[in-house]
Amino acid sequence: MTATVPATAALALGDDALVLSHRLGEWAGHAPVLEEEVALANIALDLLGQARVLLSMTGDEDELAYLREERAFRNLQLVEQPNGDFAHTIARQLYFSTYQHLLYAELAAQEGPFQPLAGKAVKEVAYHRDHAEQWTLRLGDGTGLSHDRMSRACDALWRFTGEMFQPIPGVDIDWAALETSWLASVTDVLGRATLTVPEGPRTGAWAAGAGRQGLHTESFGRMLAEMQHLHRSHPGASW
Amino acid sequence: MTHTDWPLWEVFVRSRRGLSHTHAGSLHAPDAELALRNARDLYTRRGEGVSIWVVPATAVTASSPDEKDPFFEPSADKPYRHPTFYEIPEGVKHL
Amino acid sequence: MATAAAPRTDRTPADGAPGATADTAAHQHAFDTAVAAEERIEPRDWMPDAYRATLVRQIAQHAHSEIIGMQPEANWITRAPSLRRKAILMAKVQDEAGHGLYLYSAAETLGTSREELLDKLHSGRQKYSSIFNYPTLTWADVGAIGWLVDGAAITNQVPLCRCSYGPYARAMVRICKEESFHQRQGYELLLALSKGTPEQHAMAQDAVDRWWWPSLMMFGPPDDSSQHSAQSMEWKIKRHSNDELRQRFVDIAVPQAESLGLTLPDPDLKWNEERGHHDFGAIDWTEFKEVLKGNGPCNEQRITQRRRAHDEGAWVREAAAAHAAKHAGSTGRTGATRA
Repeated sequence: MTATVPATAALALGDDALVLSHRLGEWAGHAPVLEEEVALANIALDLLGQARVLLSMTGDEDELAYLREERAFRNLQLVEQPNGDFAHTIARQLYFSTYQHLLYAELAAQEGPFQPLAGKAVKEVAYHRDHAEQWTLRLGDGTGLSHDRMSRACDALWRFTGEMFQPIPGVDIDWAALETSWLASVTDVLGRATLTVPEGPRTGAWAAGAGRQGLHTESFGRMLAEMQHLHRSHPGASW
Repeated sequence: MTHTDWPLWEVFVRSRRGLSHTHAGSLHAPDAELALRNARDLYTRRGEGVSIWVVPATAVTASSPDEKDPFFEPSADKPYRHPTFYEIPEGVKHL
Repeated sequence: MATAAAPRTDRTPADGAPGATADTAAHQHAFDTAVAAEERIEPRDWMPDAYRATLVRQIAQHAHSEIIGMQPEANWITRAPSLRRKAILMAKVQDEAGHGLYLYSAAETLGTSREELLDKLHSGRQKYSSIFNYPTLTWADVGAIGWLVDGAAITNQVPLCRCSYGPYARAMVRICKEESFHQRQGYELLLALSKGTPEQHAMAQDAVDRWWWPSLMMFGPPDDSSQHSAQSMEWKIKRHSNDELRQRFVDIAVPQAESLGLTLPDPDLKWNEERGHHDFGAIDWTEFKEVLKGNGPCNEQRITQRRRAHDEGAWVREAAAAHAAKHAGSTGRTGATRA
């Protein structure tokens, strides 16, 4: 239990949660139905709670969230993708929460610095995964329009899914097995939603790398600018 | 209404083990599965529950206020149903 | 909506239509007696049409205020200056969506659907609290809304927990319980700013300067020109007059402002020993009326965003409805009673 915290891993997992929580927070006041305002906010709050624990394992949560430059963030490119329409948000949720659920279940089962957090978070994430699956089924097998939109969203985000299985230093699990389980689960859900598993590569063609290496997509800089500006405008202030 | 208008569900929450489900409120959902989830998010986000029922509002049959008298008044004059109706001599225990 | 063959659910309002005049007199008498005896009126009870209409109007306006009220605060979620504040703000805005839901449900017990009420909001036929037509220009505005706007709202709402209409009263009990965290977090936020750097202190003072007067307007027009007050008091929908509640709020806020180290923007504000209350300056009712008419700084923006969210969400709601229709009977967990 006293194992030292692998900082890279804490940042990778913490940034995933922080950034996705931020994106989901952007839905406030814009959700398709009031009940979904409440649901999306619940998920965002769970993720923010996880992010705070993870970032605090390796430093001051606010310094890490507000004072790092874009290149120092270690989150997946998937979670920083803009919300798009509700289908895009649900596809992003499906891909990520399936991954996060499988990953946290592993972390919860093994002794190590992440076990306490994962043990609690795995229950939250199971719910996120269920929420994403329920909506994938309804959008995929709803109307012609919703089917098309969900299908397009799944395709558009597919190329960000390979990065998830890049091993994170300090997280000692079977990454190949994680990927297999993830593919099986996503294939099953998409099938039940009358959607086809996207073809095409699951990683970008850019040799420079991806989110875990600190390379992000265009919209991320803008997201950080918004997130950090107030905090940075008052150096050293307490809130 | 339009076809986007989701039906209304009544939500019953068991606040903790040992208590019965009580009516918490209502919400809209397209189907039972989402109704359950919406109920969880809406009515138990402060840890208010351990179990939830959702029932389509249209499935609840209610007694009418107009029938209040025939329904409920007759039970008011049957005091012999209540233990306080019976006089037991002092000193008799466990009764 | 009620037909002879339809099941008599608790959501089917009793027939309050005119016609059986002899019955109506008896019904009216039973209603008056119940209200006078502090009993609650429940959805299927007979009630005067005007009572029903007043309740629908008031509960709808209240529900609309909750969901429109999400906007000025959600405006700062993505810029919250610490993760702790961000979590608090997200939870608060989420509560407002929840409160909107409780209230729409209460309104629906009166025989009006949420869809109808939203239509009326979107087309401007029903109003929401004018306070939300003011902008949130700085982070401190989030604190000022919590302290002053939620404070005024709570002052208004606590008496509603004893409102004569059962479902509204029950919704208010739940809401008031949850609101108290809203006001406290706002106060705490402002306190941190007031005790912070000079820039932060100035930010807090500026916010209080801008939100004070609009908050006083939230209690509605003065008693001598309030349209609906007298009847609502008689029906026990309303328990205290606008001016009474406004005075109560001012008396509570003054010492709180002192503890904050902030001033209230009213040179005429002072303790009146004789009355045992604070005197305060004249409210600019012209501004109130203008904002109410639609000429506030954000009226257009707020309703446009609400309409857009609703319109852009239509395909999602349709998809879920279509899915439910396709799978009717195959989904759902049965036997819940044994769960």
